[in-house]
Amino acid sequence: MLRYIYGDELHSFPKLRDTMFRDRAWQFKERLNWEVKIDAHGFERDSYDDMNPLYAIWEKADGRHGGSMRFLPTTAETMVNDHFLDLTDGVPIQSPFIWECTRFCLSENAEARVSAMLMLAALEVGLNFHLTDLVGVFDARMVRIYRRLGWEPTVLGTQGEGRDAISVGLWDCAADLRGNLLSRAGVSAEVAQHWFDRTFGRAASPAPLALVG
Amino acid sequence: MQGRLDTYIETVQSANSLDELQGRIKDLRNVFDVEHVVYHSINSLGQQYASHTYTPEWETYYFAENFERIDPVVQGCLRRFHPVDWRRLDWSGKAARDFLGEAVDAGVGHQGFSVPIRGPSGQFALFTISDRRSDAVWEKYTEAHVRDVILAAHFINQKALEIERGSDEADVAKLSPREVDALTMLAMGYNRAQASESLSISEHTLRVYIESARSKLGAANTTHAIAKALTLGLVIV
Repeated sequence: MLRYIYGDELHSFPKLRDTMFRDRAWQFKERLNWEVKIDAHGFERDSYDDMNPLYAIWEKADGRHGGSMRFLPTTAETMVNDHFLDLTDGVPIQSPFIWECTRFCLSENAEARVSAMLMLAALEVGLNFHLTDLVGVFDARMVRIYRRLGWEPTVLGTQGEGRDAISVGLWDCAADLRGNLLSRAGVSAEVAQHWFDRTFGRAASPAPLALVG
Repeated sequence: MQGRLDTYIETVQSANSLDELQGRIKDLRNVFDVEHVVYHSINSLGQQYASHTYTPEWETYYFAENFERIDPVVQGCLRRFHPVDWRRLDWSGKAARDFLGEAVDAGVGHQGFSVPIRGPSGQFALFTISDRRSDAVWEKYTEAHVRDVILAAHFINQKALEIERGSDEADVAKLSPREVDALTMLAMGYNRAQASESLSISEHTLRVYIESARSKLGAANTTHAIAKALTLGLVIV
């Protein structure tokens, strides 16, 4: 199932949290050889994880991490603005309608549909919170995945070449992408909505209508 | 509404004291045609600034009773950054329901929409509109105006931060050369297709650069951003 969890609530999901940070270590350090730090627990955590980001996490049936990504508002500090300005023409991207989405991670041997599930989560976040765009950092192997899912980013800039290339891209949050992502993720609109509402609440009257007077 | 908010933002640009801004924030009640507006900011040093249209009695009572500890709006927005309709918050507990009963008696609307804002260096603010429209009417209302509410929330927050800093020069000077290029092209009368071609970027990228510049300038829209950039001498045509 998809879970949406703020950093300060990860402690309620210790298995999911620990396997996520370990899978990130495996993906970003061992597999991609990015310059990331691994702590004594074998976790890949950076300073943005300390800023209470929102995570979208695919939880496998056994409660372990299957894939995840991390959101931060661009009105405060973001990884793209702090470290990748050379890939955005020097433009610090900042808007209440644009969030940063980084650390797209898939666990080893993740099912094919997990990447669709995560992109669906990103779109749900974008549509429900009235965002026009997401901005993110991604590696070369992701280009093919985004293309296959039918939601390709507009690339602002790329450093490195071939498999080592890292890019900053923009994803346009458009409602008409949802149907395709739902079907590729193999989940119904109702279930996806349920997963979202479980964290963010379902629109219900706050109180007995008698109070209205 | 869009026109009213644009005009509002342009007039509030000139506010240069927190006292003046306090009054202007209350004007948003008319701009949005809602019963109440609240803005509350806490900076990284813990200093607070607030403006609201509730009665002074309710404010005093709220803090005397430490209602922030049970208020689902505060609990649901603190340390968060996603906007929320009050109907999505958890009002199921007895304390929360009793609190809402008292709030409604004090004139607070039973409907609300809150925008938590995470600013730079640990700054946090919460902007809220509240009203007494019925569920069905409120749903239509928020659908139509949510973007404007988010825009206003961030505009007020930015304005408060500017005034607090004592000058808006510092932030304005941060427009990057590419943002200046994008605004300059539009100021010269190029359309977006021509501007993006001239700058060798996609229209999507151009849109985001312009939105980024608009946000930094605290402008209501693109036209206003261009006007402000021209006035400040950032863009020269």
